[in-house]
Amino acid sequence: MKYLKFIFVGVIFGIVLSKAEVISWYRIYEMFKLQSFHMYGVIGSAVVIGFFIVRGFKSHKLKSITHQNILVEEKKKGIPRNLFGGIIFGLGWALGGACPGPMFILLGKGVLAITVVLLGAVLGAFLYHSIKHKLPH
Amino acid sequence: MNFLLEPWPWYVAGPMIALCMYLMFFFDKKFGVSSNLETLCSMAGAGKLVDFFKFDWKKNLWNMAFVLGLIIGGFIAHQFMTPDENIALNPKTIDSLSSIGFENAGQTYLPDEIYGLNALFSFKGFSILLVAGLLVGFGSRYAGGCTSGHGIVGLSSLATESFIAVAGFFIGGLIMTWLILPLIY
Repeated sequence: MKYLKFIFVGVIFGIVLSKAEVISWYRIYEMFKLQSFHMYGVIGSAVVIGFFIVRGFKSHKLKSITHQNILVEEKKKGIPRNLFGGIIFGLGWALGGACPGPMFILLGKGVLAITVVLLGAVLGAFLYHSIKHKLPH
Repeated sequence: MNFLLEPWPWYVAGPMIALCMYLMFFFDKKFGVSSNLETLCSMAGAGKLVDFFKFDWKKNLWNMAFVLGLIIGGFIAHQFMTPDENIALNPKTIDSLSSIGFENAGQTYLPDEIYGLNALFSFKGFSILLVAGLLVGFGSRYAGGCTSGHGIVGLSSLATESFIAVAGFFIGGLIMTWLILPLIY
């Protein structure tokens, strides 16, 4: 089954975020209260190692499984979209204590209430694309 | 094997997250969770209402497979790898939570005040959960990425857009945690 490898990476990611307590509302609160290094260490060390990995992609030293060069797609330019979108995201992240990955992980943990957050997130994505022509980008 | 059952420190988690990102690109795909929210809209038939969702969601099944993995991973970690949910929070965090009425902070992964059944089945609690989701879904698609796409991949590629987006994440998060949460609890 060609999708098995993606399920496998998802399982690893799900276990890592669970075991490092990234899926805990309390850890997100503590991070925004600037009272712990934990979350900064998780994200910071991922980015430092990620930097060397992406450098390997760009210099073509790291190839894909099909021996292709790996291209990291550029994000869309524009200050309003990234800043305002980011702020709206941050408000929700700190309120629910979960970004999209942890929402699905908490579903697997069996948290009934996360279904409402997930429903909200899907509706939020729908709402954005319904009204995006009226927003600054 | 005891360390598997203990909480994992940041210096284990961070590199493992980078490894997951590497593997997704190695498998000729990309690393990002929030675009799955659009796939779910499209699967639910949102294309009938908004043209954007008229894309062929089957081409994103690889990412839905990743999401299925997240659900399975959350199940495995909860069932077999977390005998003790206590979180070693900063005592100051526990104090500031108790000052806004959150009891037993850090004794489980999630506060009952937000995720408990009493909260879920109250108007206020349900609204808070729904609004949290709406903000995350709307904001991540407006910005074109969430903590994985902007936070991990974008910062790793030193993309200016991602530095702006992550600055936004923190502005929003600080406003919610310091100003809004004490008002609603």
